[in-house]
Amino acid sequence: MSAARVGVVTFPGTLDDQDAARAVRHAGGEAVPLWHADRDLKGVDAVFLPGGFSYGDYLRCGAISRFAPLMEELIPAARAGLPVLGTCNGFQILCEAHLLPGALMRNAGLHYICRDQGIRVESTATPWTSDFTEGQEIVLPIKHGEGRYVADETTLAALEAGGQVVFRYVGGNPNGSLDDIAGIRNEAGNVVGLMPHPEHAVEDLTGAPSTDGRGFFTSILKKLVNA
Amino acid sequence: MSQSSPALDTVKRAADTPDERQPYAELGMKRDEYDRVRDILGRRPTSSELAIYSVMWSEHCSYKSSKVHLRQFGTKAPESEALLVGMGENAGVVDIGDGWAATFKIESHNHPSYVEPHQGAATGVGGIVRDIMSMGARPIAVMDALRFGGADQPDTRRVLPGVVEGISHYGNCLGLPNIGGEVVFDPCYIGNPLVNALCVGLLRKDQIKLATAPGPGNKVVLFGALTGPDGIGGASVLASATFEDESQAKRPSVQVGDPFMEKLLIECCLELYQADVVVGIQDLGAAGVSCATTELAAKGTGGMDVQLDLVPLRDPSLRPEEILMSESQERMMAVVTPDDIDAFMAICAKWDIPATVIGEVTDTGRLVMTWHGETIVDIPPGTAADEGPVYERPFHEPAGQAALNAATPAELPRPEDLRATLLQLLGSPNLASKEWVTSQYDRYVRGNTVLAQPADAGVLRISEAMPGAEETSRGIALATDGNGRYARLDPYAGAQLALAEAYRNVAVTGATPLAVTNCLNFGSPEDPEVMWQFAEAVRGLADACKTLGVPVTGGNVSFYNQTGSAAIHPTPVVGVLGVIDDVARRVRSGFTGEGDKVVLLGETREEFGGSEWAHVAHGHLGGLPPEVDLEAERALARVLVEAAARGLLTGSHDLSDGGLAIALAEACLARGVGCSVALTGDDAFTDLFSESAARALVTVRPESFDAFAELCAAHEVPCYGLGTTGGASLTVEGVLEIPLPNLREVHTGALPAIFG
Repeated sequence: MSAARVGVVTFPGTLDDQDAARAVRHAGGEAVPLWHADRDLKGVDAVFLPGGFSYGDYLRCGAISRFAPLMEELIPAARAGLPVLGTCNGFQILCEAHLLPGALMRNAGLHYICRDQGIRVESTATPWTSDFTEGQEIVLPIKHGEGRYVADETTLAALEAGGQVVFRYVGGNPNGSLDDIAGIRNEAGNVVGLMPHPEHAVEDLTGAPSTDGRGFFTSILKKLVNA
Repeated sequence: MSQSSPALDTVKRAADTPDERQPYAELGMKRDEYDRVRDILGRRPTSSELAIYSVMWSEHCSYKSSKVHLRQFGTKAPESEALLVGMGENAGVVDIGDGWAATFKIESHNHPSYVEPHQGAATGVGGIVRDIMSMGARPIAVMDALRFGGADQPDTRRVLPGVVEGISHYGNCLGLPNIGGEVVFDPCYIGNPLVNALCVGLLRKDQIKLATAPGPGNKVVLFGALTGPDGIGGASVLASATFEDESQAKRPSVQVGDPFMEKLLIECCLELYQADVVVGIQDLGAAGVSCATTELAAKGTGGMDVQLDLVPLRDPSLRPEEILMSESQERMMAVVTPDDIDAFMAICAKWDIPATVIGEVTDTGRLVMTWHGETIVDIPPGTAADEGPVYERPFHEPAGQAALNAATPAELPRPEDLRATLLQLLGSPNLASKEWVTSQYDRYVRGNTVLAQPADAGVLRISEAMPGAEETSRGIALATDGNGRYARLDPYAGAQLALAEAYRNVAVTGATPLAVTNCLNFGSPEDPEVMWQFAEAVRGLADACKTLGVPVTGGNVSFYNQTGSAAIHPTPVVGVLGVIDDVARRVRSGFTGEGDKVVLLGETREEFGGSEWAHVAHGHLGGLPPEVDLEAERALARVLVEAAARGLLTGSHDLSDGGLAIALAEACLARGVGCSVALTGDDAFTDLFSESAARALVTVRPESFDAFAELCAAHEVPCYGLGTTGGASLTVEGVLEIPLPNLREVHTGALPAIFG
């Protein structure tokens, strides 16, 4: 049987695409490069929107990428159930594309911050987190200047009530996110966005001093193989 | 525009109006330099030609005051099989084995960073990254050596946050991990902060690109950002003039960076190299189009025709002189054969990079530029690029040097309470944790970062840094160091100590030091006392490179770092690149687990001249810096490299500023592993705080200790077992015991308390 195919999108200014592709390969999947200007998902089984500064973060993080030709294919596919994970700038793009509710604002401390951060997994009911246990505390790097999650009260209440908060910061909220939210999912659960970077925590030799990011990739690959 | 533009100054007009007064002095040229231009051309230069010569012959571009000294880096260079491209190109290139090469260079952006800290520092990063790209390499990491005024001085609170934000924004947007560097505070830098940016790139050994324009008929392409009025005159005015009070008025001269364009430019260049459609390439930095055209032409077939009016402009009112001097960022110039030009343009279009053919290579030996059909430049390019003035500036030892050296720290009262002294030093701005700065840099992007700050050196994995490198197990290590106080006391020894420390920092990771880059930051070369410091520092560094067997591959000189007559401490910053055969064998910084033996390597003498203790406890600077023993450094590096390769070490850390006490504290804090050690000398204060060079702290598992001690003995490196790792405190038996939370609070709290 051939390996599950996970698309990794590159916009102009995307930076973590190489890391995302490596993490997919390490977990045994096939990473398929997807180019922002192509209206073509190449038949992938899932999509990873990596971090970076797509379009230089000009206008607003993710605001321009959301209109890329590729997104015209990705948005309906995600609404139809294609598993999609967005990290950092990818999370910002998912919010701009209204695949996830809320928005990411400038960090409360006003500085870009890169550090290894404690995260609690609040929901395992997504194709990207099924290999974790609920309440499990993991360490992933964060690296962003605009990661403060905000949403109106009704949306927040709905997220909490529907179990759509997937990750919360523990051991200190680094950016002022409401309710310590580090990541969320859509109602169906197939679309997940988070500010931390699982793709930088998959190897012993390099990256963060943790390999807790592996769970994201083993989760999705198991799901795809069993699908 | 309220004023009408002056008439176009063509070559014909210049010949017809030989006596027209020209603003050579305002452009930073001396009368005799201007006369030389007239001699070369046999007429007065046009205003465009004057623009070219004034920027190309500025101190910044021509190295006219430093050249006679810098030659020693060539004449004294050690034999090195690793050196593939030496000084004189955009950056040096070093063979790192298995068919791969690394290119690296450090460069200053000091003056712009004082005027406009954010953009000054940001464009410093952008410039050095383009130097690396122009060698044909993929940039894979950056680091920055920074010097600021006293941490408590008000202007430091303006400059430092701006500089850090500029580096952070530009580097993070580019997607290059920031893996190391330095942050140093001293009141001598208050009006002259130092921002020295380093970049390292990777390329196949047989794919080196050079700045050359061969082949008549080949096309000259300008690509990247549009040209605007940024940094006009920056090279000659900003980089070569001493700051006086009106410097704020120079704000518009600082360039403004667009890291997004630079990121696209990186990916575009790599695809151009991959497609093999580039004959020669040069980045546009200081002196912009002037520099790129003269240098490319001078190193190629010798001639070039350029239609200057084809340069795409962001501001259509720019005149030819301004286009020639513009330092707009994110621009490159390539030489491309007519057959490849379509493929070249298609790749640029894919990355949304504007690209324009502006000229052609010729064999006329002349650089000819036209403006809407009229000739405005007609010069032999080599006279601007390579035959600038050379000065043998007078120099002599500073009047107060002997008195400074006589004022030794021997008389300073020694502290009673060594615990308090340790905490005082650990919380002082120079020794405190730099996390406030480094947490604003992305150290993980691209996924090859094996070690980054606060490790002694940054270490990168090669195998996944570029396609095709999968088979190599190698890694590279990089460190920068410099100590202005040591160099003030003795510039010859100070430069050697900077090299020795960077060399040692590379070796403690298990990598073999291979090559050197340097950034020489000094006051005005027109001051004979500053020139003496410069001459001594270069002589010291060249001698030490020879002894240690590591050649200088390139670098940068920054003069005029002074306000009025007060120059900065002479500050040679030295970067060393090393290679580790199996990167999985790298040794991590500090204590990595409990129950390891803590071992001190090297000899400790009573050396406090220029030390952090003298500086922090007494505000004292006098005497002589620590003794330089390059043979001991070499032996120490051999032990560290071999021990790492044999897997004998569990952790390591260089001893430098603040001595053993600070090294122990940092080693404990690295992962929250304490230790209990006993001192071996007669005087606990000297044991803990002396800054003797050629020392390192390592940990070994108890069962490996005998083998390690044998290795040290074979290389005649003194080796002292001090104690054991473990516990929740730093304990020096009979002297002090400090719980780790206290240590951490003091170490990490200092900079946030000042900078918020």
